[in-house]
Amino acid sequence: MADVSLVDVGKRFGAVEAIRNLSLSIADGEFVVLLGPTGAGKTTTLRLIAGLERPDQGSVVIRGRDVTGELPAERDVAFVFQQYSLYPHLTVYDNLAFPLRSPARRMDEAFIRRRVQQVAELLHIEQKLTNRATALSGGEMQRVAIGRALVREPAVYLMDEPLSSLDAKLRAELRLELKRIQRELGTTILYVTHDQIEAMTMADRIGVMSEGRLIQLGTPREIYERPNSAYVASRLGTPAINLVPAELLASQSAPLEARTVGLRTEHIRIFSADHSGPRARVHWVEHLGDQNHVHLKLDSHSLVTLADPAQELKAGDEVALEFLQPLYFDQSGNRIAADGVLA
Amino acid sequence: MAEIKLEAVAKSFGAFAAVKGASFTVDHGSFFVVLGPSGCGKTTTLRMIAGLELPTSGRILLDGDDVTSLPASARDIAFVFQLFALYPHMNVRENIGFPLKCQNFPRAEIRKSVEEAARLLRIDHLLDRRVGGLSGGDRQRVALGRAIVRRPKAFLMDEPLGALDSEFRRLMCGELRALHDRIDATSIYITHDQLEAMAMADRIAVMNQGRVEQIGSPQEIYDRPKTMFVADFIGAPPMSFLKVHTAPRRGDRVIWIDGARVEMPELFEGRAEGKFALGVRPENVAFADSSQLRGRVIGAEYLGTTQIVTVTTAGGQVKARLPSGKPVQVGETVGLRLRSDKLSLFDAASGAVLSSALDGGGRHG
Repeated sequence: MADVSLVDVGKRFGAVEAIRNLSLSIADGEFVVLLGPTGAGKTTTLRLIAGLERPDQGSVVIRGRDVTGELPAERDVAFVFQQYSLYPHLTVYDNLAFPLRSPARRMDEAFIRRRVQQVAELLHIEQKLTNRATALSGGEMQRVAIGRALVREPAVYLMDEPLSSLDAKLRAELRLELKRIQRELGTTILYVTHDQIEAMTMADRIGVMSEGRLIQLGTPREIYERPNSAYVASRLGTPAINLVPAELLASQSAPLEARTVGLRTEHIRIFSADHSGPRARVHWVEHLGDQNHVHLKLDSHSLVTLADPAQELKAGDEVALEFLQPLYFDQSGNRIAADGVLA
Repeated sequence: MAEIKLEAVAKSFGAFAAVKGASFTVDHGSFFVVLGPSGCGKTTTLRMIAGLELPTSGRILLDGDDVTSLPASARDIAFVFQLFALYPHMNVRENIGFPLKCQNFPRAEIRKSVEEAARLLRIDHLLDRRVGGLSGGDRQRVALGRAIVRRPKAFLMDEPLGALDSEFRRLMCGELRALHDRIDATSIYITHDQLEAMAMADRIAVMNQGRVEQIGSPQEIYDRPKTMFVADFIGAPPMSFLKVHTAPRRGDRVIWIDGARVEMPELFEGRAEGKFALGVRPENVAFADSSQLRGRVIGAEYLGTTQIVTVTTAGGQVKARLPSGKPVQVGETVGLRLRSDKLSLFDAASGAVLSSALDGGGRHG
């Protein structure tokens, strides 16, 4: 059963079409991540579901009920924002209890205590319940902010880049925790991010957005291995997929319609110059800590690929290349399978 | 251009020691990044260099001159804060020229300096636009223009990109570094983002709890961390640590982890028996059936190009970065081969690394 559905939703802000014909269904207990650059319409999508924006067309359905005309408070959703907004004068406990004490809900204090305790344990902040919200580290504050959403049990949690203001280590920890919590509680989450690692590691399905449209929706593996367009292919992978004109790789048996060839780093093999295959020159080797990128020049085109730590390469070296499993894209950027059929 | 030198600079706020004796030298023309988690003292350090805080002890030298007690206005330094406030009622030209106008520069000179700054930032076509209608990136460039227009000796930047989305942040990293090179500036940049640090810095100082834990090039910091804190703070995922109880001796090239033999770089120093941690980065771990070091796969995170596989061993959890095409079954037992020339041995009690051949063959601490 779908927990949340958007049916052919459109939204304009003046001359800007923020969302165009967006249809999306999120199943009960599913973790869906919307991925895309700034301005793609990800946050607007969340706000439409939350009721913070009204669609110009289409409808929003939550647990089978059309809520398009309802106020945010009438919808069964919880929102976590990018910047944690805690009440600085309250303790962690009172911050967490706050949503349950709202006059609309009016839960009894014994229930609230149990629920807050439970969520605090889940987030590993049970030691901090009596602290002032301001006496916490950034990571703890963000956990409290997430906890404030979790004390409720809405149909869906809407999260707008909740981890983006944290350092890498904390982000990685909370990423795992959030996924664990979602699995344990079977909650439904729609999560917005720019970060492909967050999308790849947490999502059951990823929706890639661009200019107000949902370009592709699928499991992380589908999106990475079978992107429907050059745009989707370029959203995932570090370093990014290399897109080169098809004529550059005349030796590859590309389909006739192919205009662009996509080469992922793991599909470029580098051999010494005495090997057969297209020639390239090492332009430079970039050390980025956990990854070293080799920048290659193939004719006038640059290719960036991950350096194999065992392979000693230096600027100026001539090398031979082999390309495995290239992806082919037609004139408009749609992927075509190797046998020439639109993928 | 300027050389900035800190000598045992410390700062306390009441009973709280925010910075505990920071010493480092930022060379002429270099891009120096101070990296650390929130609360590590990096912003306080920067504010002391700027003259916005007075150190409790220690000295700050700018081009050899002691500026420790000089006010901010008497130091020829530009400070770029995280949240740029542009004057909304002024256009781009007036915003950039504002610092010069305040100092009563002649109008012709202001005009020339503003145009030069705008050219460097590639926003000269926007000079007569209002700032309200600009994109986030262009606003950021205008704010930078306001910092560089005075041509100060040094730039201090406190997470200037913190408020931007991640994609745009990467782009601005490249621009900032290119700008630094074009104007031949000395820059000190504060961040908690290791990717920013790695991408921009000539040298990085990693801070933790008011102390500078290590100073070095990005590659040094990554490959040869001096402390477990640095090893754990840098890298995504960070370094894994295998716990060992042993008495390492000078000259050792092998360490035993629960009966499994693991080769490592030759140790240049020994220690009394105690708890140690063998540190290995995920990309230096491979599966090898023949290896004595064995563990059980407890999870695999698919990242597209690669996957991060977590394995529990007798020494603790190890993360391996493997090609995503490699089939991995959760629950299976695997052998792990660690790249012997890339391992670090830490004293688990102090967190300090033991000096070894990893340091480049020479003997130094």
